[in-house]
Amino acid sequence: MEKIDVVIVGGGLAGLSCAYALANKDLQVIVVERGDFPGSKNVTGGRLYLLPIKKMTGDMLDGAPFERKVVRERWSLLGDENSFTIDFTSTVLREKNHSYTILRSSFDRWLSEKLIEKGIFVIPKYRVDDVLWENDSIVGIKAGEEKIYANVVVAADGVLSFIGEKAQLKPAMVPQNYAVGIKEIIELPESTINERFNVGSSEGCAHLFIGDVTKGMFGGGFLYTNKSSVSIGIAIGIKALMDRAPLIEAHNLIDSFKERYEIKKLIEGGVISEYSAHLIPEGGFEGLSKLFGNGILIIGDAAGFALNMGITVRGMEFAIASGIIAAETILKAKEMNDFSQNIMSLYEKRLKETFVLKDLYAFRKIRTFLENEDLFSYYPRSFPELIEKIMWFGEGKKRKIGSTLWETMRSTGMLSFKRLKNLYKIKDI
Amino acid sequence: MKVEEKLALNVFKNDKESHIKIHQDICRKKCLTRFCISVCPAHLYSFNEETKEIVVEFAGCLECGTCKVVCKEGAIEWIYPKGEYGVQYRFG
Ligand SMILES: Cc1cc2nc3c(=O)[nH]c(=O)nc-3n(C[C@H](O)[C@H](O)[C@H](O)COP(=O)(O)OP(=O)(O)OC[C@H]3O[C@@H](n4cnc5c(N)ncnc54)[C@H](O)[C@@H]3O)c2cc1C
Ligand code: SF4
Ligand code: SF4
Repeated sequence: MEKIDVVIVGGGLAGLSCAYALANKDLQVIVVERGDFPGSKNVTGGRLYLLPIKKMTGDMLDGAPFERKVVRERWSLLGDENSFTIDFTSTVLREKNHSYTILRSSFDRWLSEKLIEKGIFVIPKYRVDDVLWENDSIVGIKAGEEKIYANVVVAADGVLSFIGEKAQLKPAMVPQNYAVGIKEIIELPESTINERFNVGSSEGCAHLFIGDVTKGMFGGGFLYTNKSSVSIGIAIGIKALMDRAPLIEAHNLIDSFKERYEIKKLIEGGVISEYSAHLIPEGGFEGLSKLFGNGILIIGDAAGFALNMGITVRGMEFAIASGIIAAETILKAKEMNDFSQNIMSLYEKRLKETFVLKDLYAFRKIRTFLENEDLFSYYPRSFPELIEKIMWFGEGKKRKIGSTLWETMRSTGMLSFKRLKNLYKIKDI
Repeated sequence: MKVEEKLALNVFKNDKESHIKIHQDICRKKCLTRFCISVCPAHLYSFNEETKEIVVEFAGCLECGTCKVVCKEGAIEWIYPKGEYGVQYRFG
């Protein structure tokens, strides 16, 4: 039985980054991907934060096909018939390479081509069906009739991770630990995007929404500008969808979002060219899988490494970082010629020293905070209402701004003890 | 635009065999909510009043897995389509 060093299941950002960090190290590495090419099954919102991974990626992202550099951040609270938006830009945001919008089909494909040039085998169009066991160790994978034996199997197979499940690392999937993202690509001329979003060429905008976009359910909407398209969509907690009475058909939400005045103008004349959906792990620290076993490591979404921070979802830089750290562990294991969990456990140890587990741990209470329904229904309704009252000049005498503020806040219950107490929990996050 | 029209914009390579199997007996016996119908972003699930069966048009599947997660009764047997098949995103 011939045994290679590493087989990576899944050519997403996690798996490809792991392979990249293993390239040119005299190891035999194979990436197996079920899609026609890496990227062809992958969906993201939009934006990759670069600073957390800058040091560890080395030259990996040199020449990457970024869509636009985010220089404008917008957050909107959508009431039923009004909205309130914060629009932020700054010199640092424009000058530093903080975050970029990307499209995964071209991005992942580009990275896989870079890998192939470095001598890594990337095998597309193969679905891995199972892991191979020898006593309590994993010694390879099975794809149809093919078997590949390897010292280490890396489960990089994304949020549904059947491999993590077969390897007995992944906990059973419960609705409260996942959100579903539903997205459309709408093509628009590059110059139209520059004008509508008030940005220069190759500069872009990240716009996030809460409130009416999910009809008050846990989740939000997003709009990211690409070179000549926008990525628009919603992410919504699965449990929130199931608890809703009467039930709402999820696919209708994106349509009512796009019908909003605030959005309609931005995408007017655009042509829809793709419709996609994908799950997002949202269990945070508590929802993580076991991270290693004898002969196996689990990385990226498969391990549950994603963080819903309310205003943004971070998953891609976690995927990349965990892939690279897994590679470091594998190199160590190869050096020691020990692929048992003794050495594999270094992976978790190293993750704890980096932002991956540090941030997941630091923000472990964010979910409890976000479970406050008011954040998605009451506040997105009442803030715009407050603004409306202040802006409004009607017949008769204009009331003083201070008393308008005070009275609206009191009458809408913004100052109720329960609400303030829930908001106070913000100190935990 | 209707969801069926949106799906028509995607590239699908369809297998003859469905990657989603439904155990109708479980649906019949245990399920009052039929979450599968409301959550599917591609709106592929429906209830056939004549046969009293849950039907899924697997050919338009976006492979998100939402239906698998919401069916707590375990009536949905869901695997990825075989390599080479299913949705192929051009943007993603
Ligand atoms: C709508 C939406 C918006 C998001 N927005 C953002 C954002 O703005 N910023 C951000 O950082 N993150 C965001 N995320 C999260 C981010 O997209 C994920 O965290 C990231 O894609 C995870 O990468 P991965 O490589 O771990 O998994 P994936 O990208 O899912 O890759 C898994 C790969 O494994 C392959 N595979 C699976 N099973 C098998 C098998 N059995 N055999 C062979 N191959 C297999 C798949 O085809 C795929 O290529 C968003 C997610 C969604 C859905
Ligand atoms: S949710 Fe599950 S049990 Fe209920 S109807 Fe759908 S498939 Fe059947
Ligand atoms: S995987 Fe997603 S798109 Fe496919 S049938 Fe299930 S819910 Fe619908």
